[in-house]
Amino acid sequence: MIWMSWRQFRPQAITAGAILVAVAIVLGITGAGLISDYNGAGLSSCHLSCGQDATNFQNSLEGSVYLVVFFAGIGVMYATPALIGLFWGAPLIARELETGTYRLAWNQSVSRGRWVLAKLGLGGLASVAVAGLLSLMVTWWASPISSVLIYSKSTSAVSSRLTPIMFAARGVAPLGYAAFAFALGVTLGMLLRRTLPAMALTLVLFAAAQLVMPAFVRPHLASPQHATAAYDPNRGGEMIISNGGRMVVVESASIPGAWILSDTTITPAGKVFTGPATSACAGASINSCDSWLAGRHLRQYVTYQPASRFWPLQWTELGIYLAVSAGLGGVCAWQIRRKRA
Amino acid sequence: MTTAVAARGLGKQYGRRWALTDCTLTIPAGHVVGLVGPNGAGKTTLLNLATGMLEPTTGTVEVLGARPASSPQQLARVGYVAQDTPTYANLSVADHLRFGAHMNPGWDAAMAQSRIEQLGLDPQQKAGRLSGGQRAQLALTLAIAKRPELLILDEPIASLDPLARREFLQILMAATAEQELSVIMSSHLVADLERIADYLIVLVGSRVQVDGETEDLLASHRVLTGPRSAASALPAGAAVITESHTDRQSTFLVRSTAPVHDPAWSADSVDLEDLVLAYMGKAASGDARPALEEIR
Repeated sequence: MIWMSWRQFRPQAITAGAILVAVAIVLGITGAGLISDYNGAGLSSCHLSCGQDATNFQNSLEGSVYLVVFFAGIGVMYATPALIGLFWGAPLIARELETGTYRLAWNQSVSRGRWVLAKLGLGGLASVAVAGLLSLMVTWWASPISSVLIYSKSTSAVSSRLTPIMFAARGVAPLGYAAFAFALGVTLGMLLRRTLPAMALTLVLFAAAQLVMPAFVRPHLASPQHATAAYDPNRGGEMIISNGGRMVVVESASIPGAWILSDTTITPAGKVFTGPATSACAGASINSCDSWLAGRHLRQYVTYQPASRFWPLQWTELGIYLAVSAGLGGVCAWQIRRKRA
Repeated sequence: MTTAVAARGLGKQYGRRWALTDCTLTIPAGHVVGLVGPNGAGKTTLLNLATGMLEPTTGTVEVLGARPASSPQQLARVGYVAQDTPTYANLSVADHLRFGAHMNPGWDAAMAQSRIEQLGLDPQQKAGRLSGGQRAQLALTLAIAKRPELLILDEPIASLDPLARREFLQILMAATAEQELSVIMSSHLVADLERIADYLIVLVGSRVQVDGETEDLLASHRVLTGPRSAASALPAGAAVITESHTDRQSTFLVRSTAPVHDPAWSADSVDLEDLVLAYMGKAASGDARPALEEIR
């Protein structure tokens, strides 16, 4: 049975292998150049003290091919699980049902349970392996840029690997995404019995899961931490004055490597500061506004996941996705065993 | 084992439609059994139930004394060539043989190999590029080379041209002669079965209309032709299957072995096609004999 699973999977495996090799070549060549530039800028031997060097290096990346590859790497990490779900998962059983070959397969001297488990096992392992290799390669390639973003205390959306954008493109979580997308595709293919609708629905549901996870689930996988500090208008931030006389000020949070979940400014009474808007801030003078705000004794209240939570969150998320994948696999095996033509 | 398939009160419902209702039959082993009936008689449903591809809604079915597809051992005992003879379009003929070898502990590689050579199939050819006849032959080879005790074929040749049909049946006959193999083959064409079946089951509307060894069936049925008359005028002991009348004479297909002494009647033997069509026609008219009185 394993031979048959492999024989049927071989064309997809060859395609995946070719793509992996191509990615490895591109990343290898550009990665070597990036590392030599990084070392040339003297950044390999320094730490957070190299803020200026790091900022200069970061600026030198603007418009370079490295930036393109950096974001392409993130794109690859996002696309891979989805493609696995579409092209490996959805057709796995749907194609057999569609073309009637299940009637040939199920009448050999192998139980249907083993038939489906061999298919799921091989495809699932291959999915996890591909995602793992890509995660390793992309993380290795991006490590100089990641360091630079930390050294320069950048606050961009890609500066910390804990931000939603980066989290799903680094570490071990993508292995779970790949397994989940594969199992989701297989299950939908089995239920819908048609490859194309199964592919479409796999894409929709997987994308939905990838949006729901960072928005509603991941922030609560570990209880967030809170930080309060005196509000300092000089640290930069934003101010919104709406027509109704409402005024909201937000000071940029700067906790290195953290994932900021919420950032509000509260009054001494502990309520969120909402104004009322004052004429001091409606005018042109920033100084008068700042000094008025300073007199309100406001505090900044930040809810966040600290940088140290990266690996615990990664492993937890991997566990969740693998558990869901195993559950879907169980559904497949159970359904196939009782499924009738 | 003397019973290939035993069904009791077997029924299968799809949504609100019954594909098979209350089917009770026994198919003996050691025969090449022709299962014949019109489209929609429930032949495919019955065979799918017998191979475990379907689960019955009502009743039970046993194949070689066990529940269909209940274990790998049971799966190994039954070879199945499904309708439209499915094969993997993008796998080669040689791959299909490897597939069979990996999936069946009792696989007879030498036999499979020699069959493929005999058929003149190119081992490197993808199954998707084979002709319908070659595909059917490949599917048959897979089913035979696993060395089953019972081979079930669901309209394997319905879509083949006459030459491919004949070749397929020749191979099948040769295989059944070589191996101790029980065969059940369904068809809606009697001519397909006439050549190879030594046991016949006529299935219409989920019901077995008649079953028995072909020779016995032919010997126990005859066509009586005589002056126009009602069925009641027939010699005693003759069960009328069908009747037809012209202005002057009546023709009855009857089940009877009793000799006909009345010189007014001439008795002729029937061929299989007439026999099967008679039972199908009888079932189609709902068992109600045409009321002869009205014609008079």
